[in-house]
This record gives sequence, structure tokens and C-alpha cells, in this order.
Amino acid sequence: MERLEYTAVGLGSAIKSGEVTAEAAVEAVLARIKERESALHCYVTVDEEGALSRARAVQKRIDSGELTGALAGVPVAVKDNLCTQGMRTTCSSRMLAEFVPTYTAHAVQKLEQAGAVIIGKTNMDEFAMGSTTETSAFGVTRNPHNEAHVPGGSSGGSAAAVAAGECFYALGSDTGGSIRQPASFCGVVGMKPTYGTVSRYGLIAYGSSLDQIGPLSQDVTDCAAVLTAIAGHDDKDSTSLQREDTDFMSALHEDVNGLRIGIPRDYFADGLNGEVREAVLAAAKVLEKKGAVIEEFSLGLVKYAIPCYYTIAAAEASSNLERFDGIKYGYRTTEFEGLHSMYKKTRSEGFGAEVKRRIMLGSFVLSSGYYDAYYLKALRVKALIKKAFDDAFAKYDLLLSPVAPTTAPKLGESLADPIQMYLGDIYTISVNLAGLPAISVPCGTDENGLPIGLQLIGDCYQEKKILRAAYAYEQQSVKSEG
Amino acid sequence: MKKSYETVIGLEVHVELATKTKIFCGCSTAFGAEPNAHTCPVCTGMPGSLPVLNRRVLEYAAAVGLATNCEITRETKFDRKNYFYPDNPQNYQISQLYLPICRNGYVEIEAEEGRKKIGIHEIHMEEDAGKLIHDEWQDCTLVDYNRSGVPLIEIVSEPDMRSAEEVIAYLEKLRMLIQYLGASDCKLQEGSMRADVNLSVRETGSTQFGTRTEMKNLNSFRAITHAIEGERERQIALLEAGEAVIQETRRWDDAKGESYAMRSKEDAQDYRYFPEPDLTPIVISDEMLARIRAGQPEFREEKMERYRKEYGLPDYDIDILTQSRHMAELFEQTSAICGQPKKVSNWLMVQTMQLLKEKAMDAEDICFSPEHLAKLIALTDAKTINSSVAKEVFEVMFTSDIDPEQYVEEKSLKTTNDTGELKKVIEEVIAANPQSACDYRSGKEKAIGFLVGQTMKAMKGKADPAAVNAMLKELL
Amino acid sequence: MTMANNISDETIDYVGILAKLALSDEEKEQAKQDMGKMLDYIDQLNELDTSGVEPMSHVFSVHNVFREDVVTNGDGREETLANAPERSGDTFVVPRTFEE
Repeated sequence: MERLEYTAVGLGSAIKSGEVTAEAAVEAVLARIKERESALHCYVTVDEEGALSRARAVQKRIDSGELTGALAGVPVAVKDNLCTQGMRTTCSSRMLAEFVPTYTAHAVQKLEQAGAVIIGKTNMDEFAMGSTTETSAFGVTRNPHNEAHVPGGSSGGSAAAVAAGECFYALGSDTGGSIRQPASFCGVVGMKPTYGTVSRYGLIAYGSSLDQIGPLSQDVTDCAAVLTAIAGHDDKDSTSLQREDTDFMSALHEDVNGLRIGIPRDYFADGLNGEVREAVLAAAKVLEKKGAVIEEFSLGLVKYAIPCYYTIAAAEASSNLERFDGIKYGYRTTEFEGLHSMYKKTRSEGFGAEVKRRIMLGSFVLSSGYYDAYYLKALRVKALIKKAFDDAFAKYDLLLSPVAPTTAPKLGESLADPIQMYLGDIYTISVNLAGLPAISVPCGTDENGLPIGLQLIGDCYQEKKILRAAYAYEQQSVKSEG
Repeated sequence: MKKSYETVIGLEVHVELATKTKIFCGCSTAFGAEPNAHTCPVCTGMPGSLPVLNRRVLEYAAAVGLATNCEITRETKFDRKNYFYPDNPQNYQISQLYLPICRNGYVEIEAEEGRKKIGIHEIHMEEDAGKLIHDEWQDCTLVDYNRSGVPLIEIVSEPDMRSAEEVIAYLEKLRMLIQYLGASDCKLQEGSMRADVNLSVRETGSTQFGTRTEMKNLNSFRAITHAIEGERERQIALLEAGEAVIQETRRWDDAKGESYAMRSKEDAQDYRYFPEPDLTPIVISDEMLARIRAGQPEFREEKMERYRKEYGLPDYDIDILTQSRHMAELFEQTSAICGQPKKVSNWLMVQTMQLLKEKAMDAEDICFSPEHLAKLIALTDAKTINSSVAKEVFEVMFTSDIDPEQYVEEKSLKTTNDTGELKKVIEEVIAANPQSACDYRSGKEKAIGFLVGQTMKAMKGKADPAAVNAMLKELL
Repeated sequence: MTMANNISDETIDYVGILAKLALSDEEKEQAKQDMGKMLDYIDQLNELDTSGVEPMSHVFSVHNVFREDVVTNGDGREETLANAPERSGDTFVVPRTFEE
């Protein structure tokens, strides 16, 4: 079967014009999955039958004129930590290997209302804890650009599926870079919106104060379309924002004249790979040529973001993951002596090493005698980091940086030393601490052909500025390639 | 010489709020549903579910705080209390530790030495746990989450009480205030009010506190009294024997009349509280506070004062009428209809209280309407029925709120106005009881009472005793 | 590498009780190493003077998000119990909780 070379929005209009049917789009994706999946393993669950029948139903509603949105009929892959009613949702954990939610996450519901066709659920680091998708209980996902390398994580399955054409776009979640970093490693666009822009209802929580759902897509236009579809207030999420400015497609123009872009000098210090530095600075030049005002500055506090983040995220995770106890759903150990043995064996067998590591750390930093020294200290540092960004955005519209210090590492290289792995999150993590929106846009490849990502960070609610700059950059690089 | 000891008691009182829905989701709080019928992803801790605060919970909590002279925390937050137990579906309870909604209040009680203030350390909002049912047959525990997420307030007192009597007076005071607010029905037996007792003893005169224990599972005033006495004795015995009291949680077994420690090596009692990231802070504005303040009902003291002035009732009546807001309202509404407060008061104080006692009911459970009580009073005033019939009718009205007019009509209970018939009956009674008639005529006035009774009996109660009395005298 | 934070066996056991995790001896050794290293790393935060800084748990000043006291949910039994590892009638089954 022929691969359908469309972007998501492109496919949406082809379906609307009758060039392609939703069913044919699903068939093409399924064929692509058959072809690539054994090598890449992007998905935990592919729902062939369900996707085809949903495509037929959606097609009818398109034909009747009921569905007119940009994404109607377009197949999507959903990260496996977003609840889907009737479809297994595992968080890539043994703990939830058989869990079938009875309700659908708000963001996924919004996509369904827009006529999206869900193909299946993508692989991830277990409970979104990891940067490589290697902590999945169901096996690693490989980078479509080079199968010896990781796709990044934790939304590695989503990023790889988009890059490999195993879907037209995907949803991911980003707690410390989990959308942007795999997007960067896989050469696709990935965006983390302002905290509260997309409802977290139905997202299986890792770090509640940091988690945001966002798109992984082939280009900036798709990204804007998906974000438009999933953003919006939700009564079921108390932290959901009331926003009117969610027509993100309106941001897609190339005018960046006068846009003030700051480059945090501290993001280009030791540890940044030379090729990544060159590519990102070259991207800054492109924007400068188009009229943006580029300036270096010192953001400050950068090295404190990681310890601050891991304290907060581990603490929240330790609490969020307490509900997995073998009573109401999920895995329960087979042999136990009494209640506490059931709890302990269930959790020890159900969770993988990285999850347990973070639960132990999180429980410790919250425990009696340590709360002030670790947890409250981290919340104070978080306030300082937020203030540093506030100061930066008093001067600049956007900040420009790499997404990650390197391109995708080889499989098996990262997990040995957790701190080394956590250091890879250095450019993405403070964005989550400060609740900011940020995008990752492809900006070239290294000598091995592995993609490099450009990060644009905006102030709260400034997704449109980010999308405008990203779009302008993307248009320019497309032109220069052509 | 035996030392003398003082008991120091502080209370943690949990009160289930009378909301229609749970604290963080739209599930019903109604009793009596099938297990797990009133549950949803939120109150069963399903992955991905999120809490949203019920506005009414905040309003009730603040109202109780105002009624107990607390400072209202203008920026209040929720925290997570982490502990594993099967009745706690998330294995953390959403509660308040760092910024509870109310702090530094007090209530006044009548103690032996007169009026006494009992300090309230704080009041916080939290969610209730599910129910665990022990299945003896299968030797396992069954879990029902219908009560999971029902809103609670926890009222934490200062260690200001010194006896079981003071504890009961404090609890009764809280119950009255909260019932007046309509914030809860506060029934100990049904668990909508629960008290944990923190108790320590110290030598009389000492200013240092002793080591305290916490006692749980106290579901009646009787159990509380017994538990306090038992624990006081237990601690004194330990101290007298030169042993130390261990700070621990103990479970009271009312049937056995003793408590036992709830200890487990798997129970670290380290709750790892931290701010609940899924809920936003609550800022109580001046307007919000003013609105809650304006919504406060007239409490008992004010009501008593007004009743003295407005109705001129004796203090004895006022004391009884105002013990429950429901009773007081019934009194006011009925008086407004019939304009005879003393008569209304009599019905409530005497017959109503008697029936409540007989049926072991609370004043909150009274179901008859003020309209019907007013009608009953009108029927007796008009001498349409006599007082004994009125009592019968009242009993029916008390259980099923019937319309007394209709009932009297249907059951033909009206007093007979046919003087001819009455005369005939009286003549027969006199003829049948010559001795009594003779006694009366010879000056034994009391003898007429027997004859009235016989006449009423013959009339099947449907006569006016005053009319009977008058006619008897005439005929004798 | 020497660590400033030496995590004892007791600490690991204690955290294991809190987190309801039973670690094998090997895992315990690993956990001691990992946690010690992480805490050393986190200790860097002490280089920052945060006196007078309010701990920030929520980034946004969003507050007073309420729902009204209206019943919106019906009988949720089947959904609630759909994934139960062990069920008896309409209840979940757990090992006995009452100790005697």
C-alpha cells in the first residue's frame, strides 16, 4: 500500500475534498505500521478494527457536513498515559498491563469531537519517568532515523510514530521535556503548552504541578491545529485555565519583525554538543535575518533547575502512584500474606526500577524531618526560577535554546547513571517548573544524520508568539532546502 | 498517700457535612445505596481523575468557624495526607494541614464551676473514607466507596476539658451550633459526628502536660464517657506503677469496656503532607465572608432573648423550645399562624417531647407541619374536639403528618353538641351510679369527677368535659 | 566516589514502609547508592539563599475553582468495579484489615 505523504492538516483537507477517505487514511497508516513496527515498536496497542470502524463512522459525519474541522478523519496516535474508554491504557507499566479505563481523557475527547481517528496507544517510559522510552515494561522504541538510537522520552513512541509515518500526528505529555526532547530526537515538532491550557483530566499523573499534554506533529501548522483542538477550559480540572485565545492557527504567519528573542548564555555552556550549538545558533540567525532582534543574556539558576525538578516531581509522583495498590484496578501479586504484604509485593512487582527509584526518593523528601530541607527548599527555588523567567520576559518576547545537549544517544547508554540521564533535561525542565509554553522544531541534523531540535520558549499564554516564530523559521528552512 | 490526678482532654471531632454531593465530585452523599453505587472515577481514585471542590463545603466550614468564634483563614489550601489503607482509594486523603480554613476559636459550655471557654485550635476540611466490611465467612475485607469523598470538617479543640461531663457539654454545644447552621445532622450513632478523644493525666497542680493517647471508635455519649473514665484509670494505674504512658492510638471496644492499642510495624504514622497540586488555593474575599456571615442563622442565645421579649414565655419553655433549630422554627411558624404561643409551646414541650423520648427520635426528625399543629389548636379552642381526642389526633399527626381537620371529620371525632343526647346519657349515668350521685349531693364535690368520666366513656370521648360537668351539676 | 549523604539500611527500610515497596537486598544496595547520589545532587540547592522566598506550589494565581453542589453522577458501580482484581458482589475484596 502506498504511503500517504500528507501532513495532518493536509490530509484533513484531502479527506474533506474527497481525494482520500478517512478509512483509506487508516488503512495506509496500518500498512505503514505493519511495515515499520517490528523494527521500531512505537505502539503498545494498535486498535486496527476499532480504528477502521471509527474511520467509517467519522467519514459519514464528514460526508453529512457535520464534521468540518481541520483534523476530521485524520488518524492520531495517543500516548499510553492518556485514558481511553474501552482501550487498554498501560503507562507502559506492568502495573497497568490489563487496565481498560471506563472514561476518556478530556484532551482525547476533544480530538474525537474534532473527528480524529485514534489508531492506538504509543509506547513511553514507564509512568513517563525517563528520557529514552527504555524504561517501558513492554520493550524499547527505536529512533526511526537510526534504529541503534533511542527516540527520546518519555513520549518516545509518539515522536517515533510521527517521524516514521505510523500516524499523522500524536499526543504526548511533558513533565520535564517529555514532548520536546523526543520531538527533537526524532525530527518532528513537539509543543508543551502553558500549564493549564489543556485539561489534565484523564492524564495519568506523574508530577501534577508540571504535567501538560501537547501535540507531536510533522510541522508547525499541524501543531497549531492540534493545539487548537485540544486546548480549552475543563470543569473537571481545577488547574485548567479560562482562555479565549486558543485559535492558534491565526498565529501562522511569517512576520517576526521586531520580535525580541533572548538567547540564555547559560544554556550554551559546558556539556552542549558542538553540532547542536551550531545548528541552534544558525536557526537564530535565520530568525534574525527575518527581522527578529536577537540578544544574548544570562538567565541564571540553570544548574539548580534539575535538582529542584527532581525533588518536586519525585515527591508528587510518590503520592500520585500510591493509588496503584492492587485493590481497585491493575496488577495484583498472586501470593501474599495479609494486606501489607499484598501492597508491597504488588507494587514491587508491578513497578520497574526507575519508577521505584523516584517513588523512594519522593517518599523520602516528604518524610518527617526532611520536608523543609528538601521539598520546601525546592518550592522556594522554583519561585526563584519563575522569577528569573519573569525578568527575562520583561525584556524578550521569546527565548531561544537547544532542546537537549546532544542528539539521540544509543540504546542502553543512558540508564546506567541516572544523574547523567537527568542532566539531559537541563534545557527543558525549568520550562515546566515555571509553567511556560515551549516548542521543539527541527533545525538540522548531526554528522550521523540524527535530528537536532530548536527550542523556543514563551511567557505564559504566549503560544502564538512561539508558533509565529517557529512557523517563520520553518518556512525559511523549507525554502532554503528547496 | 494516694496522689490526686487531673484529666486533660482535647477532642478531634469529625462532622459529615449535609451537602447533596461529595466534596470533590458530583456523586450523591445519600445513605442507603447499594455498595459502590455512589462512586465515580474521582472518589475511587481512578488513574487520571482530578478533584474539584464543592463550593458548599467551603461555605459550611466557614459558617461553622464563624459560629465557633474562629478566625477565618483568608487564603486556605488543601494538602495531601499520605497513608495506605484500603478505605482510602488514592492512598492519600485530601485534607488541610498548613492553612486550615478556621483557627483560634472557642465555644462556651456550662461547667461545674460556671461558664467555661473551650478553645478551638482549628477546623479543617477533608474527605471521608470508604467503608470496610469484614467478611467472616471468606475471612477477607470488602470495600465499599460510597462514603469515600463525603465532605467532613474536623474540629480540633485545645486540651481544655477536664472531665467527661465537660466533653459531653462541649459536644452538645457543637452539635447544637452545627444543627442550627444546617451544616450537619450530627448523629453520633450514624457516624455523621465522630469524636476522637486525646487524653492525658497529670498530678493536680502540675502545669506540664502528661503523655497523651488518642482514642477512636467512640460512637455514643455513653461510649465517650466510659472510654474517658477507663483511659483515665488505665493511665493513672501505669503512673502509680512507675510505668510510662505511651503516646499511641487506641481503639475503644464499648462492648468489652476496654481499649487496645492500634499498633503495627507497617504503620509509620508519617503522613508526608504536602500541598495538593490538583486543587487551587482558596481566597476568601471580604464579600464572600460577608455573604457567609449574613447567612448565619439566629443562634440559640439570641433566640432565647427574643422569645422572652416577643412571646413572654417562661424560661423553662424557652429552654426546651430552642434546643433544636427545627423545634424553634416549628414553634415560631405555628405561633405565627394561630397567634397563641403558649399553647403551641405546650404542645411542643409536653406531647412532642414525650413522643420523641418514647420513640428515641431527635427533634430534627419531627415531621408534622406548623399548619397542622395550628389547626389542631384551633380545633381544641373551638371545642370541636376535647383534649383527650386532641392528644389522640396529635399522636397520629406526629407519626404521619395528617391534616387534623380532615382526620377528625373522617373518624367522626367531633364533640357532640346535641344537648338532648347528652342529657339522656347523663341521666343514665346518674341512675347507674346512685352512690356517687348521693356522695355529691351530700357535699363530696370530688365525686362528680367519676361521673364526668363515666359520661365521657359513654359518649366515646366525643363530648366537651366542661359541658358535661355543668349539666351534671344541674341535674344533680 | 564518596557521598555526603550516607543512606542507612534503616532509612531504606523505613522509606520502603512508607512507599509500600519491598526491595531485594540487591535493590536496597542500589537504592542506597541512588538516593545518596541524588540527595548529594539536590543538596546543591543549599547554595542558594532562599530566606524570605515563599515556597511556590502553584505557578498561577488561579484560585477559587468550585463546583456547585448538584448531583451529576448516577450509579457508577459497574464502571468502578470493572477493573477490580478481586470482586465480591458489588464490593472490592482485600485481605482482612482487622487485626486481632
